[in-house]
Amino acid sequence: MTSQRLQELNTSLNCFLKVFDVPPHTIQTGKLDGMRIAVKDVLALKGERLTCGSKILENFTSLYDATCVERLISAGALVVGKTNMDEFAMGSSNENSAFGAVRNPWDISRVPGGSSGGSAVATAIGSCDMALGTDTGGSIRQPAAFTGTIGFKPTYGRISRYGLTAFASSFDTVGTFSRTLESAARSLEVMSGKDERDATSADVPVDEYSLSLSGNVKGLRIGLAEEYFGEGIEPDIREAIETVKAKLVAAGCILVPVSMPHTKYSIAVYYILTTAEASSNLARFDGIRYGYRTPGAHSLAETYVHSRSEGFGQEVKRRIMLGTYVLSSGYYDAYYTRAQKVRRLIKQDFTTVFKSVDALLTPTTPTTAFKLGEKLSDPLSMYLNDIYTVSANISGSPAASIPVGLDRNGLPIGVQLITDSFKESVLFSLAKEIHVDVLSRLTL
Amino acid sequence: MDTAIFSKYEPVIGLEVHAQMLTKSKAFCTCSTEFGGAPNTRTCPICLAHPGTLPTLNENLLRFIVRMGIATHCEIRPRSIFARKNYFYPDLPKGYQISQYDTPICHNGFIETELPDGETKRIGITRIHMEEDSGKSIHDFGTETLVDLNRAGVPLIEIVSEPDMRSSDQAYAYLTAIKSIVTYLGICDGNMEEGSLRCDANVSVRLRGTEKFGQKTEVKNLNSFRNVKLAIEAEIVRQIAVIEEGGVVLHQTMAFDPNKSLTRAMRTKEDAHDYRYFPEPDLVPVTITKEYIDEVRAEIPELQRDRRDRFIRDFELPKYDADVLTVDKATADFFEQAIEALAGKSNEVIKSISNYTMGDVMRMLTERKATIKSLGLLPSHLAELITLVTDGTISNKIAKDLLPELPGNQKSPKEIVQDRGMIQVSDEGALRQAIRTILEGNPDNIAKYKSGKVNLFGFFVGQTMKAMGGKANPTLLNELVKEELEKA
Repeated sequence: MTSQRLQELNTSLNCFLKVFDVPPHTIQTGKLDGMRIAVKDVLALKGERLTCGSKILENFTSLYDATCVERLISAGALVVGKTNMDEFAMGSSNENSAFGAVRNPWDISRVPGGSSGGSAVATAIGSCDMALGTDTGGSIRQPAAFTGTIGFKPTYGRISRYGLTAFASSFDTVGTFSRTLESAARSLEVMSGKDERDATSADVPVDEYSLSLSGNVKGLRIGLAEEYFGEGIEPDIREAIETVKAKLVAAGCILVPVSMPHTKYSIAVYYILTTAEASSNLARFDGIRYGYRTPGAHSLAETYVHSRSEGFGQEVKRRIMLGTYVLSSGYYDAYYTRAQKVRRLIKQDFTTVFKSVDALLTPTTPTTAFKLGEKLSDPLSMYLNDIYTVSANISGSPAASIPVGLDRNGLPIGVQLITDSFKESVLFSLAKEIHVDVLSRLTL
Repeated sequence: MDTAIFSKYEPVIGLEVHAQMLTKSKAFCTCSTEFGGAPNTRTCPICLAHPGTLPTLNENLLRFIVRMGIATHCEIRPRSIFARKNYFYPDLPKGYQISQYDTPICHNGFIETELPDGETKRIGITRIHMEEDSGKSIHDFGTETLVDLNRAGVPLIEIVSEPDMRSSDQAYAYLTAIKSIVTYLGICDGNMEEGSLRCDANVSVRLRGTEKFGQKTEVKNLNSFRNVKLAIEAEIVRQIAVIEEGGVVLHQTMAFDPNKSLTRAMRTKEDAHDYRYFPEPDLVPVTITKEYIDEVRAEIPELQRDRRDRFIRDFELPKYDADVLTVDKATADFFEQAIEALAGKSNEVIKSISNYTMGDVMRMLTERKATIKSLGLLPSHLAELITLVTDGTISNKIAKDLLPELPGNQKSPKEIVQDRGMIQVSDEGALRQAIRTILEGNPDNIAKYKSGKVNLFGFFVGQTMKAMGGKANPTLLNELVKEELEKA
């Protein structure tokens, strides 16, 4: 794609906050030679802006590379740009960016999903082979489903979080958008593994995921949890799931009905715990050392209040307040402590179910891409869009959204696969069986 | 207020001590902890809280706090977690301090303190936990406040005592014991004036004989051992006065004003922060195995009380000497090394080394604002100097004159004495010759001496010593002057 063509597309889609005509780093050689990658603007790239989609960091430049970015560059990847996102990765429509909404290339009146909407669109239009996203409650999988791209969220701790601006530290996961499974597998192999700079990164051997792409799925047991097929799923998505089930059976998989009784608490647990962590993680944006500072404050308190009131967007402020509330003395036990307990129960659901099945198959989202503005005034309905994706973040399980077709309006449909921790290889081998390349049908 | 009213009440005191750890790098990043440096130079993206950065635990902090836990007879938790203490302040870059909340790594211990009357009192240790320091806000620039983040992230341990102390003397003794333990363990330099040891006191009073604790206040700003004692005394007096006047003691944070020896309210607890503690998700739980505890236990040196008792037992030193010599571990090490270097170890020589260490050596430390390490005096040189005195080679006077030249000197005392011909003259013939010369030149004084002015004896000794350049053996000189005067 010529840079002129990319500029044209970006003018209408707004997926890149910055496009690099030449990579802003030394070009190295390795197993990803020449792979073009886009980087969500929540991840640090040395010497470049790190806005997190926020006015408060509009002029902030990072002094270092995120570990995942550093590993990709060392393996020969070329960074083509930094992508737009919901402010501080909070949102499911990419309408919360301080730098304007991102539009869905399948229908520009629709959202691309969020929070990694810019990375999803950058991948869908072919401006890169792989785009880095981050997934705290579905921020890779939901936009992947809405744009017909492959979205991978590995196990929590599989990829270092060093250089990922924290939203909710115990949920945040670096992952990929790609057009092919091959690109996802090769990128994840490079990025995964222990990093001394992230105490929560896992010291677990990294599989060669690309080898799984020719793997045999015969005999794998696929769990279908009733809790993931509730009200509000569009008929075309139900139909697509049936087609996927038939494919898997034909490939020798065994379908197993299972139950995950605590799933219904996922959204509540998610919004209590992630906002609690966010309220603390975002405290550093105070206008003192870097970032936006209000002009003309007369006291320390005014500096804090006005810098943060003016620098943060509405959704971020909503979550900071919610998180501060659930951690407050007097409410702590009723909300935070309780949500931690339920988190353990939800994790237990996963542990139990993976004793009897190799993977879970679910819709990624109840609907395909919705219209811009449709849910903006109704945060709860926006939050419910993540209903099938948040559980894997609560448990830390690896999960992927794989495009499997288009709905009657020509919009992409994604299905979700979830496996037990560090079983990314199983995800890849199953994804290979069900993946449909819908991007070849996208006309720009 | 008369003492009768005063003695109706019993004070109850607990101390919270922060000790800055002597690790080379900060608690959660690799920046240097060295004191000083231009403002904001000992910083990195991690301790500046740049977006995306994460803390990683300095293993030495863990090792140091486990040492402290063992030395204070604490239980060491096999699994403890870090927590975030959230509040906004310009010198707190992340908007939260990484600390420990409900699972402090060490808890339920005690230390033995020694009171001025010689009694031993056991003070309970509630908990000891790890945390990071904040930076420094400097308000001395008109309306501007400047922030220096060199100290941000420096590792601290917080030692919380039980409310076991009943007087300011006991609190002083406890703090002295804490300082001694941390310095002996080599985990903190124990310097209160520089802030590497900081203390807050929780103080309340109750009527003697009652069980229930009175309302406590927290007294802050105690930056010397003396101030800790004075502030507690001032706060006890204030609280008793409040109660005696029919008032109630409020739950307040008090600041001590050392100039007026008064405590005054800083803020009431009602407008205290809600710190919203929650588990730090960026760090994994700290797990401590029995093997690790054993490994750390092996690193713990003999502590002050044991060492002092050994000095009394093995060297037959007075308790006073043993106390003074062991207050500071480096001094005690110096003393022991000097003894090891001695050729002959009689109790007399050991006591002499003790006297020199407590007297002349410590005076040099004060004069030169030095520590025993920075002074540069070799323990073997002190031993040699004392040996030269005891074998009669030089006089005590010469030894004392020579001592200030020894620090940093390449030459040993023996070499210096030889080079300068300072060797003491004990030759009887030479001494008598010198004495006679003096007597011959002072017939008047001899006459006065003979007629009863016996204090002129010192005059003859002094004149002879002067004539011999101070090198005469003083004991022998005394004897011989007496003999020669009788003959004269």
